[in-house]
Amino acid sequence: MKLILATIKPFKLDDVREALTEIGVRGMMVTEIKGFGAQSGHTEIYRGAEYAVNFVPKIKLEIAVGAAMADQVVEAIAKTARTGKIGDGKIFVLDLQQTMRVSTGETNEDAL
Amino acid sequence: MTRWIHPGLITAALLALPQTGFAQEAAAPIMDKGDVACMLTSTLLVLFMIIPGLALFYGGLVRSKNMLSVLMQCTTIAAAIMVVWVLWGYSFAFGGGTSPFWGGTGKLFLAGVTPDSMAATFTDGVVIPEYLFIAFQMTFAAITPALIIGAFAERIKFGALVLFCVLWVTFVYFPVAHMVWDGSGLIFNWGAIDFAGGTVVHINAGIAALVGCLVIGPRIGFGRDNMAPHSMTLTLVGAAILWVGWFGFNVGSNLEANGGAALAMINTFVATAGAIVAWNIIEKMTRKHSSMLGAASGMVAGLVAITPACGTVGPIGAIILGAAASGVCYFFVAVVKNKMGYDDSLDVFGIHGIGGILGAIGTGLLSGPAMGGVMGDDYSTMAQTIIQIKAVLLTIAWSGIVSFILYKVVDMIIGLRVPEEDERQGLDQTSHGESAYSH
Repeated sequence: MKLILATIKPFKLDDVREALTEIGVRGMMVTEIKGFGAQSGHTEIYRGAEYAVNFVPKIKLEIAVGAAMADQVVEAIAKTARTGKIGDGKIFVLDLQQTMRVSTGETNEDAL
Repeated sequence: MTRWIHPGLITAALLALPQTGFAQEAAAPIMDKGDVACMLTSTLLVLFMIIPGLALFYGGLVRSKNMLSVLMQCTTIAAAIMVVWVLWGYSFAFGGGTSPFWGGTGKLFLAGVTPDSMAATFTDGVVIPEYLFIAFQMTFAAITPALIIGAFAERIKFGALVLFCVLWVTFVYFPVAHMVWDGSGLIFNWGAIDFAGGTVVHINAGIAALVGCLVIGPRIGFGRDNMAPHSMTLTLVGAAILWVGWFGFNVGSNLEANGGAALAMINTFVATAGAIVAWNIIEKMTRKHSSMLGAASGMVAGLVAITPACGTVGPIGAIILGAAASGVCYFFVAVVKNKMGYDDSLDVFGIHGIGGILGAIGTGLLSGPAMGGVMGDDYSTMAQTIIQIKAVLLTIAWSGIVSFILYKVVDMIIGLRVPEEDERQGLDQTSHGESAYSH
């Protein structure tokens, strides 16, 4: 099993969700986050005060899938979330040790 | 309308007449229900300026952890000063005493005032109920100390602030209101024009604010942490309410529903409009974007500047005054404040103090007939402007010195500033035990 962590631009969320459900992903966790990478922040000025905003708003996705499906998921996210400019985000793939569905007690691949 | 007549004094004269046997010679004073309705409305509009207007304008400008503290400070100060006004404030300001500096103790607890007591207007023989005059003036006394809190928002101790405000109105606001607006007042008798409170309200509060932020010191992290306003939306809501409420402030200061009131109204519209446009243009030229906070700041700067002038300048003069206020206030909040390094957190000095000074002096420059003002041909621009400058200087000195002493006194008794830990956590939770937002 793999856990796929992806950061994407907020306005791409719906496109990515659609692409992932099409290839059979049945669940994901979504968090609004801030962070920085290659994309630099911006400055805001309030009357005389100038503030550098260094963290950019992003969406973080966490998707648990079977190992066989991981590459397909990564590819779908990369394809839909890409605009070609810096700030499109990153995708990380981690090994997943154990899974349990709370309602039924099913474990691992059955619980995905 | 060449000379302001003090309502309290005329009241005394009118009431005295029947007893001296000259009643048949003086026409009976007339109370016009139109005037009364206009003044009732104006009084409520000024209340609306304090809460929610000023409270939201300021509240939006602080960080979310201090939102409730600002709303609470505006609300409580207004309430405390209303009580004080009835107990001794009205008497100290308009108690009928002949001292040039205060109104005396003749009307403590509103002694002698009944529903039949009348106060004079600017027209001979036209009166309004004294209770109405008292209530209208009460809202002015209530909003002025609430303006000051912006200078040291996010770090002041609540109890200390309330005590300071009670002392401040007693030793600064009431005497200055008497000096400027009462028939026996010092500045009044110099001949200064302050239609709706440029010196009494805005310079007074602006200077006390500057002294306050210097005495209390900057916020922890000032110049380093991000202290951006938490809700520009609420700031515009508040500023817009201030604009609407300001018609009560300026138009109501005419005391009668007539042409003078209409002049104050058109001036309060167009000075503000001119100021907003000017601030937008200045920002566009100096820093690429016209900002919403800039528009709101221009709005308040224009309103402040037209306050002393709205009864005597013409609409074109009003636009010029508003635009000039934006230029000068912008320079103070964006350049001077950064250079000097003081933390006037919500720019009370930069907008109310500086805008008030510009408005008071501009009143002298723009009230003559040559500039479209309504003063008569015998009006001397030069002489009046010198009087205006004298009035400004006395107000600055009085408010500056007495405010400084009062800050020190309160600091000794209670302490002005919250502990560092409380300031970091935010005053909502540490001073009031609640949070504005759940997030």
